[in-house]
Amino acid sequence: MDNNHKVIEVTDLTKKFGNFTAVSQITFDVNEGEIFGFLGANGAGKTTAMKMLTGLLSPTSGKAKVAGFDVYKQSEQIKKHIGYMSQKFSLYEDLTIVENISFYAGIYGLTDEQISEKTNFLLKKLDLEKSRNELIKSLPLGWKQKLAFSVAIIHDPGIVFLDEPTGGVDPITRRQFWNLIYEASENKKTIFVTTHYMDEAEYCDRISIMVDGKIEALDSPVNLKEKYYCKSINEVFIHLARKNKNQ
Amino acid sequence: MRTFANFILKEVYHITRDWRSLIVLICIPVIQLFLFGYAIRTELNEAEICIIDHSKDYITQEITNKLISSGYFKLNAYIENEKQIEHLFKNGSVKEVIIFEQHFAKKLEKEGKASIMLVADASNPNIATLVTSYTSSIIRTYQLELNAKAIKANTLIIPEVKMMYNPELKSVYMFVPGLIALILMLVSALMTSIAITREKEMGSMEVLLVSPLKPQMIIIGKVVPYVIISFFNSLTVLALSILIFKIPFEGSFLLFTFESVLFIITALALGILISTIANSQLAAMMMSLGGLLMPTVLLSGFIYPVENMPLPLRNTFATCYSYIGFFCFPRTVYNTTE
Repeated sequence: MDNNHKVIEVTDLTKKFGNFTAVSQITFDVNEGEIFGFLGANGAGKTTAMKMLTGLLSPTSGKAKVAGFDVYKQSEQIKKHIGYMSQKFSLYEDLTIVENISFYAGIYGLTDEQISEKTNFLLKKLDLEKSRNELIKSLPLGWKQKLAFSVAIIHDPGIVFLDEPTGGVDPITRRQFWNLIYEASENKKTIFVTTHYMDEAEYCDRISIMVDGKIEALDSPVNLKEKYYCKSINEVFIHLARKNKNQ
Repeated sequence: MRTFANFILKEVYHITRDWRSLIVLICIPVIQLFLFGYAIRTELNEAEICIIDHSKDYITQEITNKLISSGYFKLNAYIENEKQIEHLFKNGSVKEVIIFEQHFAKKLEKEGKASIMLVADASNPNIATLVTSYTSSIIRTYQLELNAKAIKANTLIIPEVKMMYNPELKSVYMFVPGLIALILMLVSALMTSIAITREKEMGSMEVLLVSPLKPQMIIIGKVVPYVIISFFNSLTVLALSILIFKIPFEGSFLLFTFESVLFIITALALGILISTIANSQLAAMMMSLGGLLMPTVLLSGFIYPVENMPLPLRNTFATCYSYIGFFCFPRTVYNTTE
């Protein structure tokens, strides 16, 4: 990405729960249209960091701006400019596809016209026109994830936060899912994604690797592999995690 | 406002899609009403008695007839021997044994007094008390009739008892109004705590919080449909109680409506409180049942009078469970004429 317009700026962001420091002085920037991978083992602080950026948690100290808004004072503004999708939840199982789409479009304040326009566009794009009135629970997981992603960006946010979006999905569907991410990125959307799958990390423009609340490495996948003399990101990750343990 | 309406619409979908639960929600009041109205009655109904009649004269016969024709008692058998009593009580069906002493009529005529012994099975104290007091009162009435017939005027003081508001002492009058509070507690607190906890359990709460919806709007949006269902329920119970159980509704309907809404809001607040602590739907259910419903039934005066509790306890519960007041309230509204 040549464009250096920064949409996420984080400086020394810290979150403490009592004596435990979940996130310790992390600093990074994300550029517009970038696919930014946020890697780390369970409990490394990924989710906490993400919650601070999406306005769910307020930081203990440090600075952070998302879409130009301050996380301390303008979290309401941030919420209007971001999309969010988590692995745990995709869509309401007992609502139909159309109902889910119009619900999410509605809570983001879209008008009736925009909603029906978006709904038809999405159904066509995902080839779900025939099953528009089926309940979500009758859809295969892969379709749910794709639909959930499309719903998360239905209000055209500049930044999309994806919290392990491909958990439990087979490799082919994951590949298809990443095609959607690429497409969104080409439309100048910034993608902030956490993942467990190291092969997925290779698809990102840049990745950061968190170990014990700190960012240990931050660069493009190619550069990281060169720097640590590794063949894959998986090796880089193991190398960094071990190094930290041995200290 | 549009986004809020949208949110409520989604909540309505949740409720109507799960039609089984919806039927339960709507049927609960009806089922409970019939259950409490017909099955649980604290007044006496055909309690089985045995009689040991050592006298076998016209007066003991008359008393026996009076007892049986009252409808409260059913004669199990005449027995001969006091030794059989224990055996009868152990079998369980006989609640009381009435023993007339020898030469009952003669003694009454000559000495002006004769004695009857009432032996009750007090393994259930409530029934024993009821049975003996019903019997005594029937005998007293008979005695008054005798006195009236007697030529010499008797100088007895005769109390005239008048039971106000519920002259027939029907327990339905007491249970049904209390039932409204019970049902409202069940639907409002239990269902809202479960509905909110479900969003937490599924993870959708996070998604909602990241959206521009204000948190208070999320809570209000989840609660509104249940306010409507609860209110509908209280009207159902009210209608059925008047139409089927013929309970007189003498108070102000407006006041009743207002107090119901007030109580629903209080119960919903409790439901929301529970949902903040509980992390799973199951936990929310257990907390609502154990923390709200059990005390509602046992400690609020629904079945047992609050006045029987020791004073400190009574004050504690009265403070903790705001709805104790509500249990008295429908009864009051039902029964007071303006």
